[in-house]
Amino acid sequence: MTIRLTRRSMTIAAFLAFVLLSPCPQMRAQYAGTSVTPGSTLTLPVAQVLQPEALRHLLQTAGAEKPLILQVGSHLLYAEAHIPGSEYVGQGSQPEGLQQLQNRVSSLTRKKLIVLYCGCCPWIRCPNLGPAFAKLREMGFTNVKVLYLADNFGTDWANKGYPVEQGR
Amino acid sequence: MNKAANKDAGHETLDPSKAMRIPRRAFRRSSPVKLLLCLSLAASGAQASIAASSLLHKAAPEFVRTDLKNRRLDLRAYRGKVVLLNFWATWCAPCQLEMPRFAAWQSQYGPRGLQIIGISMDDDPASARSLVRKLKLNYPVAMGDETLGQLYGGVMGLPLTFLIDRHGKVEAQFQGEANLDAIEEQFKPLLHP
Repeated sequence: MTIRLTRRSMTIAAFLAFVLLSPCPQMRAQYAGTSVTPGSTLTLPVAQVLQPEALRHLLQTAGAEKPLILQVGSHLLYAEAHIPGSEYVGQGSQPEGLQQLQNRVSSLTRKKLIVLYCGCCPWIRCPNLGPAFAKLREMGFTNVKVLYLADNFGTDWANKGYPVEQGR
Repeated sequence: MNKAANKDAGHETLDPSKAMRIPRRAFRRSSPVKLLLCLSLAASGAQASIAASSLLHKAAPEFVRTDLKNRRLDLRAYRGKVVLLNFWATWCAPCQLEMPRFAAWQSQYGPRGLQIIGISMDDDPASARSLVRKLKLNYPVAMGDETLGQLYGGVMGLPLTFLIDRHGKVEAQFQGEANLDAIEEQFKPLLHP
């Protein structure tokens, strides 16, 4: 009985982790078996992935170390809405974008907490986050987090009522 | 990536293909798990509908642009047609999967009153022009901006497509990588027989 209960608990726990950490059900079905390409968001370590609620909490916590938040996707979408205080640093998928990112952070201490986000399209398809994350790690940054926006910035941040700003 | 990724070898990654390896038995045997599955499916649907609710059954916001071939693009001029208004960008992989199908629909259903309109949300028109040529798109495409995006309730993720009926009302909104067969089934009844 104990063994059966334990197995059931583990199954439920695994399922909950599956639901909370992976993209929407339609995408899970569509991309099951998708090969993981270099630079894909699928290669990002879970420990570095930050849930939106956690970032919102961090931003609202008085006295907490405020991260440098960098948007590495579309400038136009950034202009429409972005996380207050975040900066646009170019597309992570483009060499110019990575150069812009490098220029922005080069003078910072390598222990600085940096949060990267994009939200241009579904997480599994984002071309920008993987390369941007890799660039920062290559530069020696040890405290880099990547914001997990499963579908996009609208659905997973703005439409949840989390704070946004407009403008370039 | 992949020095950094390699450094993290041994870490768990967000790989849905791995996440799928939950024993199917678990779903058959455990009713609490079934319940959780239903709740999660319902929750994900509800979340998608938050964005979809804003313009649904309302008049599609009017706009006038110049398309990539320097022709006037006035949404109002398409009143009487069923319009699929598609926001896309060159960096959006799902968008590029959709657009060849849109071009095929334009050929197939254009004579029955369907009009596809593309709005590129790229920062750079040159890259949009290049992709339009490469994909041989047979429908008008104009550049978007944050003003147009905000007019349509905030285009904060791509692809995003609006189905607009003959009277200019938003009939449906498809966010993210949509089921194209389902879209086709939704607009076909609105077309001329």
